[in-house]
Amino acid sequence: MFTAGRGRLGALAAVAVGATVALAGCSSGDPLDSGSGGGDESSETIVVGSQDYYSNEIIAEIYAQALEANGVTVERDLRIGQREVYIPEIEDGAIDLFPEYTGNLLQYYVPDTESKTSDDVYAELADALPEGVSVLEQSSATDQDSYNVTKAFSDENGVTSLADLAGVSTPITLGGNSELESRPYGPEGLKSVYGVDVAFTPIEDSGGPLTLKALVDDQVQMVNIYSADPNIAANDLVTLEDPDGLFLASNVVPVVSEKITDEMAEVINTVSAALTPQELVALNALSVNEQQSAEQIAEDWLAEQDLF
Amino acid sequence: MNLFVEGFAWILDPANWSGPGSIPERLGQHLAVSATVLLIAMVIALPVGALIGHTGRGREAAVMVSGGLRALPTLGVLTLFGLWIGIGLTAPILALVILAIPPLLAGAYAGFESVDRRTVDAARAMGMRELQIVGGVELPLGLPILVGGIRSASVQIIATATLAAYLADEGLGRYIFQGLKTRDYAEMLGGSILVIALALVVDGCFALVQRIVVPAGVRATRTRELRSRPARSRAATG
Repeated sequence: MFTAGRGRLGALAAVAVGATVALAGCSSGDPLDSGSGGGDESSETIVVGSQDYYSNEIIAEIYAQALEANGVTVERDLRIGQREVYIPEIEDGAIDLFPEYTGNLLQYYVPDTESKTSDDVYAELADALPEGVSVLEQSSATDQDSYNVTKAFSDENGVTSLADLAGVSTPITLGGNSELESRPYGPEGLKSVYGVDVAFTPIEDSGGPLTLKALVDDQVQMVNIYSADPNIAANDLVTLEDPDGLFLASNVVPVVSEKITDEMAEVINTVSAALTPQELVALNALSVNEQQSAEQIAEDWLAEQDLF
Repeated sequence: MNLFVEGFAWILDPANWSGPGSIPERLGQHLAVSATVLLIAMVIALPVGALIGHTGRGREAAVMVSGGLRALPTLGVLTLFGLWIGIGLTAPILALVILAIPPLLAGAYAGFESVDRRTVDAARAMGMRELQIVGGVELPLGLPILVGGIRSASVQIIATATLAAYLADEGLGRYIFQGLKTRDYAEMLGGSILVIALALVVDGCFALVQRIVVPAGVRATRTRELRSRPARSRAATG
């Protein structure tokens, strides 16, 4: 009995020690706090960041290579996940240049914004940004949430716009990332803006292949895919029009720190002007269909555009 | 620690205990998915493990296969099955079954193997047939180790069943995914705490089962040995 007792005591002690260590790790500051800011690095190096989203990475590469072509030293900090992770880094000055999307970024700062059109969104965003962070000129290219249905569904029900959905008699299930359920443009927004009732199924791959398959297989009838996704055209999907402005316009826009000089801004603005919606879809297609690297795509595009 | 307080506050918030997507509903879904996976994996792994443990053959193959399965990243497997089968619960269940098979297989063959070969030989000498030996001698004697395998598999399943929410509106993983993406960290942490609590409770239950299934005869010998041993050793040293 003695041995058994000691064994149990040992196990308890081990658990206690383990728990203490684990909790100590947690208690030393908020784990979700951003890391220390790196704003005091040498001012010549510009840090370019990107989301963990292939299209965003391509744009970041284009910015980086455009700056390099104009004699700026660039450090890349690409694929750093979602907005929740990298925004604090930008605010801390650890990242100097980041491709963003006006609408989604505005919703990050002003969740209940009323702005819908591209210009309104851009203007409100410029005001909403915190001190030390600003946006350069926005590009005409958009990459925003959009609801898509299959061609067959569109033909069968005569649906080309979100407003047409109210007349569809069969039940509609919407597929998208889990957060879509609580976003203003999710099922609730569909109900309040267009009077459409939809069920919701989470598919956690941001409009990727799983989402696409679910739509094509009719497991869901409508999905959220970013509007610059080449899969929309490749799979003959119909992007439903949004006459009453459920979605915010979301143009590609560079977010910058104070370390970006006027000369650098001019370089980036030149890039933004050349980046049209069609160009962006074409760039994305090179990544999705040809499996080219962001670096390669950016290099080829800059050479082809001959901007500098 | 503030965040932890918020996490617990989220769990205790009565608003989260009713309506669609409530904590009881998600807990139930999570348990149902986990139990389904465990059952399927047991049906596959336990007979194979028993056969290997009983015959002593195929052990290397089993070690290799289960080692290989262990190395598979469950999220990757899930995506693969998802692309093949489509969204819904089937793909996560299959991916989790693959996750659960190695510990179950290991538990089963280790359990059967652990039985003293002399005991098995004695049973055979008494005229027991192979099936009787498996069912009447090896199974009860190896049961504590076998249940240990089920125990570790069940904890892994419950922790990983959060991935069911990747492709379906099911389980406690919904809170984690949604909390992360909407920056509702209280919800995310609350969901995680529930998963941990569920895993601990189930682990505790299996620990109890593991203790109960020790055959009375074995327990009696163990107690006797434990009682007599310290006395003897003390006498020897003192």
